[in-house]
Amino acid sequence: MKILKCIAFSALAISGSMFMASCGGSGNGSNGDNVSNAASGDNNNILGAGSTFDNPLFSKMFSEYNKINGLKVNYQSIGSGGGIQQLTAKTVDFGASDAPLNGKQDSALSGPAIHIPVTAGAVVVTYNLPGIKDTLLMTPDVLAKIFLGKITKWNDPAIQAINQGVKLPATGIVVSHRSDGSGTTNIFTTYLTKVNKDWEAGPGKGSSVNWPVGLGGKGNEGVAGSVKQTPGGIGYVELAYAIQNAMSFAKMQNKAGKFITPNIASVTAAANIEIPADAKVSLTNTEAADGYPISGLSWVIIYKEQKYGDRNSDKVTKMVKLLQWMVHEGQQYSAPLNYAPLSEKAVSIADAQLKSITFDGKPVLQ
Amino acid sequence: MEAQKDTNLATRPEETSGRVVSIKKQGTVSNTKRIDRSFRQIRAENVFRRTLVIVALSMVVLVLGIMLTLIWQSTLSIRSSGVGYLWGKVWDPVRDIYGAYPYILGTLLTSFLALVISIPFSFAVGVFLGEYYPKGWMSDLLKNTVELIAAVPSVIYGFWALAVLVPIVRDFETKIGVEPVGLGIFSSSLILAVMVIPYAASLGRSMIQMVPANLKEAAYSLGATRWEVIRFVIFPYTRSGLFAGILLSLGRALGETMAVTMVIGNTSLIPKNIFSPGNTMASVIANEFTEADHPVYLSALIELGLVLFLVTVVINMIGKKMISRFTND
Repeated sequence: MKILKCIAFSALAISGSMFMASCGGSGNGSNGDNVSNAASGDNNNILGAGSTFDNPLFSKMFSEYNKINGLKVNYQSIGSGGGIQQLTAKTVDFGASDAPLNGKQDSALSGPAIHIPVTAGAVVVTYNLPGIKDTLLMTPDVLAKIFLGKITKWNDPAIQAINQGVKLPATGIVVSHRSDGSGTTNIFTTYLTKVNKDWEAGPGKGSSVNWPVGLGGKGNEGVAGSVKQTPGGIGYVELAYAIQNAMSFAKMQNKAGKFITPNIASVTAAANIEIPADAKVSLTNTEAADGYPISGLSWVIIYKEQKYGDRNSDKVTKMVKLLQWMVHEGQQYSAPLNYAPLSEKAVSIADAQLKSITFDGKPVLQ
Repeated sequence: MEAQKDTNLATRPEETSGRVVSIKKQGTVSNTKRIDRSFRQIRAENVFRRTLVIVALSMVVLVLGIMLTLIWQSTLSIRSSGVGYLWGKVWDPVRDIYGAYPYILGTLLTSFLALVISIPFSFAVGVFLGEYYPKGWMSDLLKNTVELIAAVPSVIYGFWALAVLVPIVRDFETKIGVEPVGLGIFSSSLILAVMVIPYAASLGRSMIQMVPANLKEAAYSLGATRWEVIRFVIFPYTRSGLFAGILLSLGRALGETMAVTMVIGNTSLIPKNIFSPGNTMASVIANEFTEADHPVYLSALIELGLVLFLVTVVINMIGKKMISRFTND
């Protein structure tokens, strides 16, 4: 009996401590707690987490940088939101995100953070119309109406009007979108929110939204798969993915009224606009005349004041030098991987941001 | 004979103590050794028993801990959405409106549909292996193949369903005149059905093999046909076991994530019929967890986990009730 009582008590104690532990960790969510708490420690090891979109480019950049400087960067592509949470919890040295911090995320951080643009990407509208070889033209209004479910047939007069001379079939339009929360969705919905009032009042912008129509596919491959399989399908995927898989994608009309083919040059061009000093800018619906309108920057986000925890100035200097290299020399690895290199204006803003990083109040870069 | 054995067992302690007494007479050295050993044995017994109890109880603690964590982490969402969370029809992370109804419906629809599709197959396999061909190469082959079905990772099923099953379902949908999407609840139920067959089948097989031979022989001697033996002897005898197998399948179907999310179409619209695309709780969590970028959103997803947990618990409890009722009949 005594033993049983003793066991019951200890079981209670264990469950109690579990409960307490769960209370303690609830403040910033437990998303991606698997990233080990190694933000401090070895000076030659930098830990980053975030955007999956950046991952192929980062892998290449970090391995090249490792050959030159021997610095090891451990980057975990857990998603932009996860990266920001890890940065908030200070378990990583830098976060990477396809969307700038929003108000809530910003206020959750313990100090001011800065955004350093590192690359640019684009989202393309891909479709499956058997027998149609011409590239479709698309206007913002028609695109929004298709994704709102207001245009349901390919031979709708609105689509036919912008594609004179193309014999569009009477097939129904089957919309596909991402089912997982993603930066790609964020760029796409931000664009639709900017160009269409109904979209703004309806689904709005975010990494997951309440889609009025369509099927969800997991990842670029999920959307691409469902578009490829469904005659009459339309969806959106990352530019790099569409190029690598030789998918057909539409030319989008930009703010200046020109129809732009999405490619590396037109995405870089989209970033050739006045960028605010904090670099938090959405390139969607860009003012640039030859810029592709559904483009976006991707940022590395770090704390402006780098003296926190048990970090030392040697490590911080190494990290800032790495970021500087990524913005300059590292850009040569963008184009081969179908990422758009930063525009001149973006690079100059990134430089200004890097100079503002401090360690114990003193600037890290002289 | 047996009664004698019992008395033997009962007198044993006395006997042992008697032996101890006799050893005592022989000398103090061997005496202490003997007592030490029996103390050690008793202690080992106790330690072993205590370990068993602790390990067993830790399972209970673990489940309770998981439930408490889920409840605690979803308080934010429970406070903002209230009970309406369960029948809210809109899931809009942008405006922080969370209603789980479409997902609860999707989960139950896919699981039960899968169960209905799988039952004839799992029963057939169970009866065939348990009654018709319990031995031989044919039975080994079939048994191993069915067990292999359970061992294949679910992402492979998802991939196969996407590549092979979905186009077939699309053709079928074109023929019967519903919107030919291919992806949807029907496709997910089909692939789920395949995945859950081994659970009910292997439990059913071992249950059927355990039916006492004298019962079956008695039925045969009365002139029963094979079908009559299966229908009136084997089924009534194994009813609770077969039902437990179905329950096991259902548990598996409720929680399956990867294969379902690849073919269900992932939309938060309420399904109109079994061919419509939909979504399940598990697949929403898997899809949206990584990018849940504000606290209420994350909490709403965890609450979805809590609901899934409770649905599983409730279905299991109902199942247990039904098993005991069947057995009492």
